[in-house]
Formats: sequence, structure tokens, C-alpha cells
Amino acid sequence: MENKRELKVSAIENGTVIDHIPQGAVMQVMKILNLENFTDQIYFGANLESKKYGKKGIIKVSGRFFLPQEINKIALVAPTATVIEIRNYEVVSKLAVDIPNEIVGFVKCFNPKCITNNERVITRFSVIDKDDIKLHCHYCEKITKKQNIIFN
Amino acid sequence: MKNRSLVSINDFTRDELVQILDLAETFEANPRQRILSNHVVASLFFEPSTRTRLSFESAINQLGGRVIGFSEAGSSSVSKGESLRDTIQTVSLYSDLIVMRHPLEGAARFASEISPVPIINAGDGSNQHPTQCLLDLYSIRKTQGRLDSIDIAFVGDLKYGRTVHSLVIALSMFKNVNFHLVSPMELKLPSSVKKFIKDAGYNYFQYEDMNEVMTKVDVLYMTRIQRERFSDPMEYERVKNSYILDNMMLTDSKENLKILHPLPRVNEISENVDNNSKAYYFQQAQNGVFVRQALLASILGVI
Repeated sequence: MENKRELKVSAIENGTVIDHIPQGAVMQVMKILNLENFTDQIYFGANLESKKYGKKGIIKVSGRFFLPQEINKIALVAPTATVIEIRNYEVVSKLAVDIPNEIVGFVKCFNPKCITNNERVITRFSVIDKDDIKLHCHYCEKITKKQNIIFN
Repeated sequence: MKNRSLVSINDFTRDELVQILDLAETFEANPRQRILSNHVVASLFFEPSTRTRLSFESAINQLGGRVIGFSEAGSSSVSKGESLRDTIQTVSLYSDLIVMRHPLEGAARFASEISPVPIINAGDGSNQHPTQCLLDLYSIRKTQGRLDSIDIAFVGDLKYGRTVHSLVIALSMFKNVNFHLVSPMELKLPSSVKKFIKDAGYNYFQYEDMNEVMTKVDVLYMTRIQRERFSDPMEYERVKNSYILDNMMLTDSKENLKILHPLPRVNEISENVDNNSKAYYFQQAQNGVFVRQALLASILGVI
């Protein structure tokens, strides 16, 4: 069964598979990792069946590997994701994502009166709650909650 | 504290805050000392202010320093569309320290990151107003003799009132403080500020009726409720008169009670309270000069 389902999205020779992406978060993950501008092959699937989560998404990026600090950015929208490194069609490593303590540059502050939404300033947040995600803005000191997160 | 910026009240430790208050006492005893005669301080007010700007400028002048700056964004190149980044970079070349007020939240933090000279935040939107907080702490300590074991009520707009936010955060650093929070439902203290009380292990109590706290507290911190803060104008009309303090309400209050207000006041304290010995808001505003002198002297390293 597992093999059959895998075939719905082609296998890659070298690269990264991001599996167990929550339903609806595939496009956000693509955006956070800046894969929209990536020129090599990318396969992605959404609403695939998952034994663990019911429905899931998956992304396979050919010829691209990620540093932990890069890939951990997706934990905000895909805390359940598994990151699989593939070399020569073989699984080299399988890791869960970790929510970082600090988020720099890719989340917008929800507060319209924050300086970061009015001048060219790189946003910076500390993650004050990792379960029910809450981001404390380094500048305006307001809290952006999970439901208000918008990505730059 | 030499060359450090003061953006948020929690940039300073409890001991550093107490150090500033102790120093402010010496300036209260002797406010005219020419210790800043070799210094130029920029005072950039992108938003209007009476007390904060004038007390800063008075503090600088009384210490023999020079002030440059503007009192509204309209009389600077901001009106031509200059960015805050460029304004700060330029002014930092003309001065030893920048005092700034800005309507956007986080503006002072950003400025402190790009400026080679220290920044003192004189208010950034609804976020922080640390020098007001210092003078509030000074006023509490002066009238109560302590900052520990205080029962304090905050009344009015606790959601947008930056002076309330800064003072709650600062008092959370002291011992056994009880916070009584009186506000309309729509203007409750934000959870990001309540977190400081909780993290310190203290209790807070929330009320909608200010009469409930009158006999309990040592300090009554009043604030202005602004119509534009309400999403529903009917709600404003409903609550506006229930947050007005008059002499009758003070009948059974504690002997040591003092009434503070960051000012400007509109109608939330009846004028008949002004002559009550428990009214302290004008002396409070005067204390602003002494704490600002202490802060300037510490940051410029002349003490």
C-alpha cells in the first residue's frame, strides 16, 4: 500500500521530501521555503491519504537540501512535517521539524501600527508559546497569534 | 547605564530603576547643575506633547545642555517623505543623545538599532513610555515610602494606555504588588502585559466598577478614555460617565491614598478633586523633570 501511494508523486534521485504536511498548508510551505522561485523539479501533492493524520500534503524537491534553520521555518504552519533527505533514491535521514525560538524576516507583524509595517525593517519575533503559537514582536511588543500569521 | 538606550521599561533591571530614582532625589534637592554644558541633545517629537517634551527640554536646560529638534513632524523633512531611518541617521550626527516620540509602535527600538548615539523613548504609539513610568515610580515611592507591597488600581483605558503598560511591567519587578484593573470590557489590559504580572507570580483583579476598589488601594492611577478607542459608539456613551472620579467617591478611601494621572486630563477627574490632599497629579508631572535629569546624566555618563 505504502509503495502504491508513494507512486502518486514521483520518486526523486537526490533532494528533500517534506512529508506529513497538514492539509491546506502545502502552498504556505512552498512560499516559506521560497520554492515558488525554484527552477529545478518540484512535485507536490495535497489531500493525500495519511494513516496518521487523515489527509496530508507532501512536497518533493529535487536537488535541494535544507539546513535545519531553513527548514524549521515551516514548523509554524506544518508542525507535524517530516523532512526526509534522499540521496541516490535512498533515505539518508528522517527528521521532525522544530519550532525555532526566534523568527526573523519571514512573518509579518499583525499590528498595522508596528514600525515594521511602515518602514523597511526586517521583522523579528520571539516564540513565547510553541504549542498554541504566539509570536512576540521585538519592535512593537505585541503578540501575533497563529490565526493572524501572514508570511512576507 | 552609560551610552545605553532606554526604549522599554524592562530594558533596565529593578536595581537600575532604583538607581535612577535615587539619583532623581538628588536633582530634586538641587535641580540646577551645569553638568551637561558640553552636550547637545536632540528632541524629536513626531507627535505632539506638552509635558514630556517640555519637561525633557527643561531638564536639559537646567543642566546647562543644548537642545535641538522639532516639536511636530510637519516642521521636519518627514513631511517630505523622509524615512525614520534617514532622519535618525542624520540627527545622530548632530547630537550626543536623541529623545524621540513617534506615533508608530517599535519606532524607538528600531531607531536604537540604527543610531550610534543612545535613544530615549518618549512614547511610541500605544506601546511604551518608559520615562513616564520612571516618574510614576518616583511619585509612588515618594508618597508611599516604598515600591514593594503596594495595592494599586489602574482605571480607564488599560488596552491602549502605554503609561499603564510600562508601569504594570515595572511594578511587576517589585515585591508583593497587587494589581486592581478597572476598565470597560473593551479596554481591558492586553494579555501581553498581564503576562508580566503572571510571570512575577502576582495576582491581578479585574473590575468594571471603580467604586469596588476605592477602599482597597494605596495608589489610584487614572487614565483618559477616548471615544475613538471604541468600535461601538453606543458602548462609549454607556460607559463614559462611570469612569469619572469625584470627591464623594474618595470618602472611605485609605488615608495614604494618592491619585496619579499621566495627564492630559479631560473630564475623568472632577476639578473638585484637585484641592483634595490625595490628589497628586500635578506634583507627579513636576517629578518628571527630576527623573529625566537623572536619566540624561546617567546615560551621558556625567554622574
